[in-house]
Amino acid sequence: MTAMTMVQAINSALDCTMARDPNVLVMGEDVGFFGGVFRCTEGLYEKYGAHRALDTPIAEGGIVGAAIGMGVNGLRPVVEMQFADYIYPAIDQIISELARLRHRSGGEFWAPVVVRAPCGGGIRGGQTHSQSPEGIFTHVCGLKTVMPSNPYDAKGLLISAIEDDDPVIFFEPKRIYNGPFYGHDSSTGAVGWSSHPAGEVPEEHYRIPLGKANVLRAGSAVTVLTYGTMVHVAQAAVEACGIDAELIDLRSLLPLDLDTVAASVSKTGRCVVIHEATRTSGYGAELIAEVQEECFWHLRAPIERVTGWDTPYPHAFEWEYFPSQRRIIEALERTLAFD
Amino acid sequence: MTGQQGPAGVIPPRRKSKLHVPAASSRPGQVPDFSQLHIPPAGDASKPGLDVAALDTAALAHGLIRVLDDDGAATGEWQPDLSPQQLRDGLRHMLHVRAYDDRMFRMQRQGKLSFYMKCSGEEAVAVAQAMALESGDMLFPTYRQQGLLFVRGRSVVDMMCHCISNAGDNLKGRQMPVFYSWKEGNFFSISGNLATQYSQAVGWAMASAYKGEDHIAAAWVGDGSTAEADVHNAMLFAATYKAPVILNVVNNQWAISTPQSFASTGTTFAARGLGFNLPSVRVDGNDFLAVYAVTRWAAERARQGFGPTFVEHLSYRAAGHSTSDNPDGYRASGEAEAWPLGDPVQRLKQHLLRLGEWSEQQHSELEQELAAAVARDWKEAITHGTLEEGPHWPVESMFEDVFKEMPEHLVRQRRKVGEQL
Repeated sequence: MTAMTMVQAINSALDCTMARDPNVLVMGEDVGFFGGVFRCTEGLYEKYGAHRALDTPIAEGGIVGAAIGMGVNGLRPVVEMQFADYIYPAIDQIISELARLRHRSGGEFWAPVVVRAPCGGGIRGGQTHSQSPEGIFTHVCGLKTVMPSNPYDAKGLLISAIEDDDPVIFFEPKRIYNGPFYGHDSSTGAVGWSSHPAGEVPEEHYRIPLGKANVLRAGSAVTVLTYGTMVHVAQAAVEACGIDAELIDLRSLLPLDLDTVAASVSKTGRCVVIHEATRTSGYGAELIAEVQEECFWHLRAPIERVTGWDTPYPHAFEWEYFPSQRRIIEALERTLAFD
Repeated sequence: MTGQQGPAGVIPPRRKSKLHVPAASSRPGQVPDFSQLHIPPAGDASKPGLDVAALDTAALAHGLIRVLDDDGAATGEWQPDLSPQQLRDGLRHMLHVRAYDDRMFRMQRQGKLSFYMKCSGEEAVAVAQAMALESGDMLFPTYRQQGLLFVRGRSVVDMMCHCISNAGDNLKGRQMPVFYSWKEGNFFSISGNLATQYSQAVGWAMASAYKGEDHIAAAWVGDGSTAEADVHNAMLFAATYKAPVILNVVNNQWAISTPQSFASTGTTFAARGLGFNLPSVRVDGNDFLAVYAVTRWAAERARQGFGPTFVEHLSYRAAGHSTSDNPDGYRASGEAEAWPLGDPVQRLKQHLLRLGEWSEQQHSELEQELAAAVARDWKEAITHGTLEEGPHWPVESMFEDVFKEMPEHLVRQRRKVGEQL
């Protein structure tokens, strides 16, 4: 085991898969010679060459289109979108092509493409460098959508994604690339991954299956469903208020580990859903619908959700926008106030 | 503000910006006008070496490569090396496509198909190109290159089964008619989202080069869909990575009701390739010999590491866009007859007659033979089911192939559908 940041763990996942399979390549803007703006592909150009750490033009639609063709021809391209906010020029290739190719061709053609994208806010990135668009992709049939919350999971999930024969949208919360984050600007940069248990990462190849949630904290009072950066904010909120919450890191949004979710809510009878993304038609709405369908007769309180507001991500009001520990604690207390 | 005064103290009229809306070659009630098309004589175009630079193809991108002259004689540097038997094969494939299109169009009008798209007048493009490529080359077509399937030997019955979504449809009833996919024939699944296949073809070709294989890719778009960002992406990626790909534009003059002038910007489509530093040529798409020769040349360039070629095929969409539109509503009826480059079938027939390798009697016998074959194929296809009455694939099969292995939420949904049945 080695202490790794999330960036190093992602780099290690790419290195492990590229070493094992000559058909794996990384491609995207600045991923080759430079090693990526967040350094996730650092060293791969030197180790595997310019054709396997492939710099591309600034054309996200072209990058994904080309990756689909490569995937059809036997390669396993791992595409980096420089920011999740830049994914939209590629959305037709992702939604109309990548997601549906296997189905529309009766199983004749498919493209095992992974699209990695740094997402989320808390970095003073304004509205074009802070978005969490996961709900757009979970709504598309034929895509798997994943968002890890720590280095250990990031590596194991990314290896599974690359080795999966279906397309995977792999969101990396960039606020926690270099350390966990507890939801307030005063903690910015205060803690690294080296003192966190999930910052210990094996150097060798391992997989974490897609579609399996992680119960981070067992509890009996309320179930908290979250993923990505909000896992750490929620954990800090639970510790701060002393509520005996069961905290579930979903890790994989689609497929969703509904069995783990339903078992927990059936036990606690209460549920709070937390995500950074905007509220209306967000992934939380889907979670709440599934929970009430599966657990209605066990529920003792309305399901709460804590999300970003339905506005573009504001530069100046980042901490008023970001779902804070305070907002999470208030939601937990509201749900516990019901008898 | 006053205008600048001239020497004599006269104020010249100010020039103003103007919104230019392109005109069509004809609209209903008008006389078709193709007079703006410059058609150079056959045999005029020079044939460059395989290593030609994009800049040195400028005359070919703005001109027109023609081999067959108006009398059906082959002439000039682009004459391909085709035997009389190969020419007869080409004619047979084109007539087969035409017979198939006619039959399927009629079946749609009788309500046996939901939809159909003919390629009348453009048969030479797909047929000659497929004959010029190797079987291992990957094809990324639009819905108007059905000729590729005929040359590669796809079962006509299977094509029909797809079009009526019956139990024999290899696409399991998931696609509307003519959106074929045929992996065995290296024919990529056709998308209804136009031009997406263009950058995919470039990626496929990049992978071929990545693996050191000598298979190339070929992709097609229409004149209208050259406007899509995917086309620009594909041209840029092809040029950047010198991908072994042939990027074809079939300029058939019409994008449903919108004339090619809404995408051509007043110049040729081939000229657009020059800006991407792609060797670019424009070919008479109704000239079987010229299309074949250009494709052989472009394929050889790709296979020998000289990279991509951008090819505009100048042709004419003689039928409607699909069975859902009536062309008499947006262009003069009879415009096809005014098209100055004629009909590809008639022109190849004329060439074979001139060579003494074909006769009118052989031609009409072949047309009858193919019409009968297509009629037989239809009868066989409907033994596997019809669109309205089935049998179709089992309803539950729609949950398959969304993912390689069915996740739990789809298993549950499939169960619900099963309970309803």
